[in-house]
Amino acid sequence: MTVKYTKDHEWVRLDGAVATIGVSTHAAEQLGDVVFVELPAVGKTFKKGDDMAVVESVKAASDVYAPISGEVVEINQAIVDDPAKVNADPQGAAWFVKLKPSNAAEANELMDEAAYMAFADSH
Amino acid sequence: MKRTSLYGLHLSLGAKMVEFAGYEMPVQYPDGVLKEHLHTRAKAGLFDVSHMGQAFLSTTRTAQGSDAAHADISDAIETLLPGEIRKLKKGGMRYSVLLNAEGGVMDDLMVTRPPHDADQGSLFLVVNAACKDADFAHIGKSLAGRASLKIAADRSLLALQGPRAASVLNAIVPGCASQTFMTMAPYDWNGVPLIVSRCGYTGEDGFEVSVPDAKAEELARAMLAHPDVAPIGLGARDSLRLEAGLCLYGHDMDTTTSPVEGNIAFALGKRRREEANFPGAKRILAELANGPRRLRVGLKPEGRAPAREGTDIVDENGAKIGVVTSGGFGPTLNGPVAMGYVDFSHSKTGTAVQLMVRGKPLPASVVDMPVVPHTYYRG
Repeated sequence: MTVKYTKDHEWVRLDGAVATIGVSTHAAEQLGDVVFVELPAVGKTFKKGDDMAVVESVKAASDVYAPISGEVVEINQAIVDDPAKVNADPQGAAWFVKLKPSNAAEANELMDEAAYMAFADSH
Repeated sequence: MKRTSLYGLHLSLGAKMVEFAGYEMPVQYPDGVLKEHLHTRAKAGLFDVSHMGQAFLSTTRTAQGSDAAHADISDAIETLLPGEIRKLKKGGMRYSVLLNAEGGVMDDLMVTRPPHDADQGSLFLVVNAACKDADFAHIGKSLAGRASLKIAADRSLLALQGPRAASVLNAIVPGCASQTFMTMAPYDWNGVPLIVSRCGYTGEDGFEVSVPDAKAEELARAMLAHPDVAPIGLGARDSLRLEAGLCLYGHDMDTTTSPVEGNIAFALGKRRREEANFPGAKRILAELANGPRRLRVGLKPEGRAPAREGTDIVDENGAKIGVVTSGGFGPTLNGPVAMGYVDFSHSKTGTAVQLMVRGKPLPASVVDMPVVPHTYYRG
């Protein structure tokens, strides 16, 4: 159940047939206080790299991209109702969506924790 | 990139620095934009606004120190802007705009008449950082032969804003708390000449203090030593002024917008309208009489989604009627807030509009500005 990361600072955790997706701690720190989150509808399908969600701080809006392809099977309404949760626990309770991957092998192309940490330090 | 005299202080306070108008400026400190914003509204926030342009404009036709000299310098600057400067009280300041020949706004600025008799014939000007080189060149060239412009490149500018600003600053600069909104007074602070203006860009009571660069950090630290004062970055400065309905030049106004379109017709002096002798007077007076083509209005989105700068504004049929020029999340409002230009026919308070955010129309309405009331000290 390893966590993989994208260059756009999403994380994805594959757990059997479900991929849980969110934004990294580094991304949450860079965004600052999150004040708005928009999530896709359950049932929507995305290709890897598609705009999937939106997260906004006081100052700016950022897109959240699908780290892998799949269909949305669950969304985390709690972060829509209380966006500050994204800052509090971005890689835990404040996950964004759960996907049913259409090609789980796509995750192999993503960075592991160590590679992402090195990448995030320079971005 | 340029730095202000408080650069080292910003770093020592843990600021995140960004480029703004050619300067490395603090966008936020470790508290973050949201807390900084709320702190300013609750207590007092310290802003480094030293990147702004400060200058003294003095008549060269009449000896300094008389009412005639003030009339002379007023007549000079009134050729460039539509404000009533001649009748400003001693120590009074005015918000105005430099206009091009078409009545478009080149910049907004503060014009201050000094309080002391000996200084009559000079005006203290504060202009935007991004425009200062162009503004000062324009003023110097336009008024050559009748006025001299001395750019105060050796002075910093600190803004202290919020309900506790007056009590905090009065402990450092005794007497300033009795100044009313839009007045200026000079002070001697341990031998350091300060220019203290009761004004700001947050909607709160507060001050802007002009201080020689060499003493700016000492003054800033004296303010920060008070437990009510926190340093505030450009991020919160933007959200504060947005809630206060105040224009950010280059976004909410530019050389194509007139003061009438910009909804700052209050900056057009009554005598100046009658005399009709400011740049672009024909267009501006016609807009006053007949209504402008478009008007800057406040916008309140109904949901939680912020509408950012550049968002199209459409009517109930989906036809484009305007564009958002500033928008985001208002921490005091605890919701989104925006301003933008709409066709005059859709500018009435209460008009229902839609904001096209990420391709979807979000319902919003035209609202009066400011959306968070001003709390200026008027005595």
